[in-house]
Amino acid sequence: MNVFRSLFLSTCMLAISSVALAKDDLPTREEMWKIIQQQQKQIETLMSQQKSSDAKIDETVSMVEATADVVDQQQTTRVSKTQVGGYGELHYNNLKDKPSGTKKNEIDFHRFVLFFGHEFNEKTRFFSEMELEHSIAGDGKKGEIELEQAYIEHDISTNLSGKAGLFMLPVGILNETHEPNTFYGVERNQVEKNIIPTTWWAGGLGLTGKFASGWSWDATATSGLKTSVDDKYKPRKGRQNVSEAVANNGAFTGRLKWTGLPGLELAASLQYQDNITQGEDPLAGAATLAETHLILERGAFGLRALYAQWNLDGDGPASIGADKQLGWYIEPAWRINQAFGLFARYEQWDNTAGAQIDSQYTQSSIGANYWLNEHVVFKFDLQDQNAPEGAKELDGFNMGVGYQF
Amino acid sequence: MLKTIKKWPFTSTAIMIFILSALAFPAWSSGTKAIVYLSNKDFLKQSFNGDVPEVKTVWLKGTLKTDISKTLGHNYPALRVRYWLKDHRSAWILEEIGREKPITVGFVVQDQKLVSVKVLVFRENRGGEIRFPSFTEQFDGSELDNNRRLNRRIDGISGATLSVNAVRKLAAVALQLSDHVMKQQTNK
Repeated sequence: MNVFRSLFLSTCMLAISSVALAKDDLPTREEMWKIIQQQQKQIETLMSQQKSSDAKIDETVSMVEATADVVDQQQTTRVSKTQVGGYGELHYNNLKDKPSGTKKNEIDFHRFVLFFGHEFNEKTRFFSEMELEHSIAGDGKKGEIELEQAYIEHDISTNLSGKAGLFMLPVGILNETHEPNTFYGVERNQVEKNIIPTTWWAGGLGLTGKFASGWSWDATATSGLKTSVDDKYKPRKGRQNVSEAVANNGAFTGRLKWTGLPGLELAASLQYQDNITQGEDPLAGAATLAETHLILERGAFGLRALYAQWNLDGDGPASIGADKQLGWYIEPAWRINQAFGLFARYEQWDNTAGAQIDSQYTQSSIGANYWLNEHVVFKFDLQDQNAPEGAKELDGFNMGVGYQF
Repeated sequence: MLKTIKKWPFTSTAIMIFILSALAFPAWSSGTKAIVYLSNKDFLKQSFNGDVPEVKTVWLKGTLKTDISKTLGHNYPALRVRYWLKDHRSAWILEEIGREKPITVGFVVQDQKLVSVKVLVFRENRGGEIRFPSFTEQFDGSELDNNRRLNRRIDGISGATLSVNAVRKLAAVALQLSDHVMKQQTNK
């Protein structure tokens, strides 16, 4: 029993001494207060740092946004002043003149074109097109350098603009839009080439207006053609190319166009020139060109059709049948996918349709375009011509590659 | 009529045309090139029935940037794109150059399909017909195919090929952006 008592007393003593020891380890109230104050200071410092970090983050975000704004603005501004573009086409012709058996086996960098444009301000701009034909130009060379467009355009109002200088006339399908990736066939069609005559540019003044619902109109007063009896009054031979061009008789051209539905263009042009020989041929007189065309693209199906006719006054043109020169073509196409398209074309043209004798040409073509991308195209076509007696009748195939940028 | 014209000297007639046009259009120097068909504000109001959500930003980086560059054929001319998102419906205002100038187009994407396309600002000299509903409504219901391109053929506007191509590309970009932000939301 004494043992238990002793043990009990010892345990109590140990417990009491432990509590006493623990009490000695605890901070005093003053110490506690000091610790709390220190901790409070630390909390305040941390909160202040947090606020500072938040402010810095906000500032950084603002700076990044501002930098991005400036970069975006610069990227947008950069595209709005001087523009450079161009197109080109390399052709290979493997053709045979049926009557004579002569072969035309040629490779030719037919056109190398550079565009330069500059916007002076929101309303006034300059546009130009310089072309090197057949690769090399100069004395005795086959090619030539041509200035095909160089004009100032000014927006008179939202739907009316005027231009002055040297520009393409608003006639036909290819005259204004003839980059190789925009049409089928290696060579441009014969009707627009021989009748209209594409590519046809002149110097002068022009107006373009737009109405609601897809209607637009063009009116130009420009330099005119200068044909002659030696060239059988062919309009193509009468292009003066605004090169010290005789300006005794100008030309007026008007066009009305409707593009109010996707994939559809309907247009009609009329040109009048009061003397197509610039007064040098007393037997020749005024000339009028009437042209109309249709462009249709519905899904994979495409169709182009064009009719053009010249009427020349005077006994001179009438005597050789050149008083009436006309042509038309129809070109259905099938775009199999984004890269590949097939076409067929039938065309008919006659530069002496007023003559009693047969002077009409026809050409049937079939072929394909392969677009490597929207800017680059490879082309192939077969052509079969029927020509009047004694004229060249070229049959065979053509290949080409073209680009636009 | 033609005989009357014939008697007029050519240069006099040309000058007359321009004098008349100047008189007929007194706003000779007040024209403006950028035509705003619909303001951004009105486009957004129309897109969300007047209740426009807060604007958000997506930065163009990584695969998103690569995808968009592939679609456009060049980098998008901005570091980030702002958008508005509400209940799986997002609105995007994007720009792309047609022939020479940027065209501003608004797109609304709902459940990864285009439900509205509006040309907001047109600055090009020709090709303004792309604003007509007969053109823009062709995009309604279109979505991305497996090659991240539009899954349907869009009929163009004659003489405005480059403007048409610009809208076609932007439509695919709007769908790619929408796809990206919706995936981001799901992952959160």
